[in-house]
Amino acid sequence: MIGANKKKSDFATPYTVSNALTKGGAAVKLSALIMGLGNIAHKQIIKGLIFLAIEIGYIMFMVNAGAYYLSMLPSLGWRKQEEVFNEQKQIYEYVQGDNSVLLLLYGVATIAITLLFIYMWAENLRSAYMAECLAKEGKEINSFGKDVKSLFDKNLYKTLMFLPLMGILIFTVLPLLFMIPMAFTNYSTINKHLTLFDWVGLANFKTVLGLGGKIGKTFWRVLGWTIVWAVCATFLCNFLGLILAIVINRKETKCKAFWRTCFVISIAVPQFVSLLVMRQMLQEHGAINNLLMEWGLIQNPLPFWTNTMWARVSVILINCWVGIPYTMLQVTGVLQNVPAELYEAAKIDGANAAQIFRKITLPYIMFIMGPYIITQFTGNINNFNVIYLLSAGKPTPVGETAGKTDLLVTWLYKLTVDYQYYNIGAVIGILTFVVLSIVALVTYRNTKAYKDEEGFM
Amino acid sequence: MSSAKVSKRPMTAGRAKKIAKNSLVHIILAILVVIWLFPIFWIIMTSLRGESGAYTAYFFPKELTFNNYKRLFTETTLLNFPRAFINTLIISVFSCLISTVFVLSVSYCMSRLRFRMRKAFMNLAMILGLFPAFMSMVAVYFILKAVGLTEGSGLRIALILIYSAGSGVGFYIAKGFFDTVPKSLSEAAILDGCNQFQVFYKIILPLSKPIVVYTILTAFLAPWLDFVFVRVIVGPKDKYWTVSLLLYNMLEKEFVNGWFTRWAAAAVIVSIPISILFVFMQKFYVDGLTGAVKG
Repeated sequence: MIGANKKKSDFATPYTVSNALTKGGAAVKLSALIMGLGNIAHKQIIKGLIFLAIEIGYIMFMVNAGAYYLSMLPSLGWRKQEEVFNEQKQIYEYVQGDNSVLLLLYGVATIAITLLFIYMWAENLRSAYMAECLAKEGKEINSFGKDVKSLFDKNLYKTLMFLPLMGILIFTVLPLLFMIPMAFTNYSTINKHLTLFDWVGLANFKTVLGLGGKIGKTFWRVLGWTIVWAVCATFLCNFLGLILAIVINRKETKCKAFWRTCFVISIAVPQFVSLLVMRQMLQEHGAINNLLMEWGLIQNPLPFWTNTMWARVSVILINCWVGIPYTMLQVTGVLQNVPAELYEAAKIDGANAAQIFRKITLPYIMFIMGPYIITQFTGNINNFNVIYLLSAGKPTPVGETAGKTDLLVTWLYKLTVDYQYYNIGAVIGILTFVVLSIVALVTYRNTKAYKDEEGFM
Repeated sequence: MSSAKVSKRPMTAGRAKKIAKNSLVHIILAILVVIWLFPIFWIIMTSLRGESGAYTAYFFPKELTFNNYKRLFTETTLLNFPRAFINTLIISVFSCLISTVFVLSVSYCMSRLRFRMRKAFMNLAMILGLFPAFMSMVAVYFILKAVGLTEGSGLRIALILIYSAGSGVGFYIAKGFFDTVPKSLSEAAILDGCNQFQVFYKIILPLSKPIVVYTILTAFLAPWLDFVFVRVIVGPKDKYWTVSLLLYNMLEKEFVNGWFTRWAAAAVIVSIPISILFVFMQKFYVDGLTGAVKG
């Protein structure tokens, strides 16, 4: 909290909206109604006109479309697509009904545009008040040319951030804002609510979290496996990768670079290729089964993707195949950076090799790798590629939407793309986010890098 | 590791034990390397296999040939590999340009400039990173459909936007690098009359070559590695398939038997340039992390 207060005071300015409305002159107050007036009054004509144009554009948009979209949000539409007989042409014509998805999307977009407009409105008041104050104090008011120049100097962040921020808003934030409300509707193939749907409150959350129905039971099973998977995958990858790195890094190991290169080759191959290769090799008549049968080690093919236990162990082991080289690279980097004085001091104190490892090397690695392991854990909860490309969630019990190796993300994908249960999918997405944010909030915010960002500048 | 214990025993026994232990370590490493390289060996071997079909009853092929590679480029009526390759190349070049500019701009702002919404933006980026990307995918599809980018060649623009528009949130690594560039350099430049923008592209960018190359390469590789977004956005319109979607579809039931060896050949062809870029990128990544600029 102290940090937050300090930050605020760094950017404190007297030119706030409330100051503008209470202490500003007539022109400033009027620009709350007619944007840009305050700027025009102080000869910042181009700037004023831009504000005015924004206001006119917004009003036009609201009159033409925005108001209608907002008014449709509570109902999400009710008109069905119908055939109507046209007397004049003597034919049946289709009358376009309401499309709830589009109404929801446009409604959310209208709200977003309104928020942007409110921001511009506040900016307009601030700028008008600032111009007035400067004029009163007899200081120079920035001309338009100077404003543009400052966009490359003092206000450079506005220039550089504008496009990337718009991209993030339109392609990441807006879709999320659009998906979240879906969790509270009955948008789904169940009862054919694909074009027209309604708000249903928390009913979907009850379906997913309750143990009564099929979806509820599946959810808890998938959640359980997701956590088991994430813990096993993260732990095994890091533990085995650590051992591998230490073994290669031993003084007595020959050809260190050769061993490392061999492992790096395997991660250089694009992941979707190597995962598909693995899937093919482990098929019922795939290469592994063939080889083992040729050698006479087994009589019947091993059920890699058809038996639950086999499939689960296979995906975890293959994930190790993918992940261990990464960990090895990371740990090797860390090992070579352990401060040499620490080792020397320990040797002088008479510590043996095992003690040095336990008391110095391991804590040092854990200290550096801590944040990396956390991101890896959250990454594994969301590990779509490994599961989808390897087992695709199989084996799937008859009549269920999720297979035995499905994670929450792959189940979410199946629910939305294959089954079109958009509402349930949205609920799963929100719940995944809740699980992840709990993990992240507890851990990220405690890392030194987050707290002490200015530390090494 | 237990050299302290060993030295107390008679030399010969200790040495024998040490040699045994060392050879054991090397044997285990060799076995591991075989396991790790086995799939790569198998895919190269399959790409050269003369007999067609998805599965053979034996492991080593009876006949080796380069025909699979040749047919991949000549027989294009059913599945068109060259076209998918060109598609991916076009998409990756444009999305690479856009996202490199976005990522570097945002990272510079986050690292060097102090402004009101900065902390808020960093928190937003962290929160956005926690949502499963697929959750918004359907929504992105509807948005693209609303602006008419899900038909015809609009699909290419749609894919370029998908891979680049939201890239600004991935600023952490480049920001970390910019943080290590000494502040005295930019202060000196400002004294010499540079504005902040000139500091950015005349001073900081030329000094940050490793991270610039790293950003370019990651951005370039993204469309080659992703297949989820293409699958949802492009679906069955095979004229706009990218390489990864084509490879995925070659293994579908209707193609797998006739195309399996060609699939292996395509996988090899795609993997070679990507692996080279990846190894190249690793070098710059390590340089970028260690902060190569000294004050």
